[in-house]
Amino acid sequence: MEKLINEFSIGLFFWQLVLFIGLVLLLRKFAWKPILDAVEKRESGIEDALKSAENAKLEMQNLQADNQKLLKEARAEREEMLKEARDMKNKMIEDAKAEASETATKLIEQAQASIQSEKKAAIADLKSQVANLSVEIAEKVVRTELSNKDKQLQLVETMLGEKSLN
Amino acid sequence: MTGLNFVGAGLIVIGAGLGIGRIGGQAMDAIARQPEASGKIQTAMLIAAALIEGIGFAALFAA
Amino acid sequence: MHNVMSLKTICLLFVFVTSLSFSQESMHLEEIAPEVEGKQDVKTEIKEYINHHLLDSYDFSLTSYTTDSGEHKYIGFPLPVILWDNGLKVFSSSKFHHGESVAEVDGNHYALHHNKIYKTDAAGTITLDEHHHATNKKPLDFSITKNVFTIFLVGLLMFFMFSGMAKKYKKGNMPKGIGRFLEPIILYIRDDIALPNIGKKHYKRYMPYLLTVFFFVWIINLLGLTPLGVNVTNNIAVTLALALITYVLTTFTANKNYWGHIFWMPGVPVPMKIILAPIELLGTIIKPFSLMIRLYANITAGHIVLMSIIGLMFIFKNWLGSSLSFGLAFALSLLELLVAALQAYIFTMLSALYFGSAVEEHHDDH
Repeated sequence: MEKLINEFSIGLFFWQLVLFIGLVLLLRKFAWKPILDAVEKRESGIEDALKSAENAKLEMQNLQADNQKLLKEARAEREEMLKEARDMKNKMIEDAKAEASETATKLIEQAQASIQSEKKAAIADLKSQVANLSVEIAEKVVRTELSNKDKQLQLVETMLGEKSLN
Repeated sequence: MTGLNFVGAGLIVIGAGLGIGRIGGQAMDAIARQPEASGKIQTAMLIAAALIEGIGFAALFAA
Repeated sequence: MHNVMSLKTICLLFVFVTSLSFSQESMHLEEIAPEVEGKQDVKTEIKEYINHHLLDSYDFSLTSYTTDSGEHKYIGFPLPVILWDNGLKVFSSSKFHHGESVAEVDGNHYALHHNKIYKTDAAGTITLDEHHHATNKKPLDFSITKNVFTIFLVGLLMFFMFSGMAKKYKKGNMPKGIGRFLEPIILYIRDDIALPNIGKKHYKRYMPYLLTVFFFVWIINLLGLTPLGVNVTNNIAVTLALALITYVLTTFTANKNYWGHIFWMPGVPVPMKIILAPIELLGTIIKPFSLMIRLYANITAGHIVLMSIIGLMFIFKNWLGSSLSFGLAFALSLLELLVAALQAYIFTMLSALYFGSAVEEHHDDH
């Protein structure tokens, strides 16, 4: 210990202190700061690159998912359109059928009505004709059998009774 | 240095040697058990050994 | 793979050069050994050489040799001596002639004694007390010694290396040249030392200091293993300066929570708080103190052991012992290479740990 203290050189201590502090300050400015900054910049650059690559990958995935979705939607839309068309076709056919049957029934009804009216007219006509005929017959009967008045009337009445309108 | 001083120095060296040897041995054990942590174990080992060494040297100079 | 291979090659080359350097120093030993025969044995000579090697010097000498006429020749260059002794005195260390003569400046005389400058009379007399300590007056010494010269050199090297590296980043975001090797180390310090110990919020403030201290200590430790023979980190003054900066940074950036834990430890009874306060306060000083001692002692011990083993070669003086100690020295050089990096790492790591405790936010969970 004593030897150490004896050997201690103040000059060397002084120069070492001065040199070392100077060296630290100089190197900090001219070496360590630029070196560490550059290294840090490089590291952050690598990190950014990695991150952006990751982002690009994610975006790609998103894009793909979007595409898939779009495709799905398009397919669904097509399906729907097809279904709609089919429905419309069916409906049109139904409509047409319904209309046709309606028209048919209407026509039948009309025909029936006209037949009815024709029938009525024909019946009326027949009636009048029968009446006329009967009148004519009566005239003839009257002309021929006017001698016997009672007999005549009786005859008319029986004839009329027989020829009831049905 | 007197004779007793030499004895003291010898004792210090024995003590420090035993201590550092134990640290080294235990570190080897630890590395063998967990080879993946060898870096951390080495650092810790060096620090511990350096501390013992420092005390040993300080005592040697006092002796 | 290629990088690993080239790194290995560099390491091996480095170890080779390192061991060469030590063998060069030992050759030097061998040369001076015969000269002192009769006066001192080789053992003492080696001891003195090692002690000399660990000391600072006023000139930058790579090696020295003795000519046939017995004259010492030094290969190297002198460095300026700066003294504060009633005014600034600056002169070249060549005036000392490696401690062999007295330097005279402005009427004052200075002489080297045990590698320290003392004020003397014209003849250079050094008076000694009973403990063999010189009693002469010591002027305040701010000389550019070998170590000061080396730290300035390392500072310059680091400045150009790292500012050059920083400039390369302006052109592109990738490291080029030496940056390819240094960037992983810088990132390691950021991600494995600063971030886990200090935390995300505050680590940026301490990064310049941590990076500078790591590279400074590492480079200086490695330089200590080169043929230059400079040993900076085995000077307590250098490690004290570094530890002091860590201490000052810790103390001045500490938040309320840190001081709270020192003076009024939460969660313990009041008597304990009173006992703990001085202990904790002492702890804040012991922490940087252990930083200082650890670095100093590790490097010094490494150098002493390494050089002693090289010295053994000349004590054995036979092929078996000498080659064995050469092999040992080679293995130890490898170990010292590891220690050079490890001590830099530990110094940085522990500094980060202390900074982390200084800025730690309050937790409710204790």
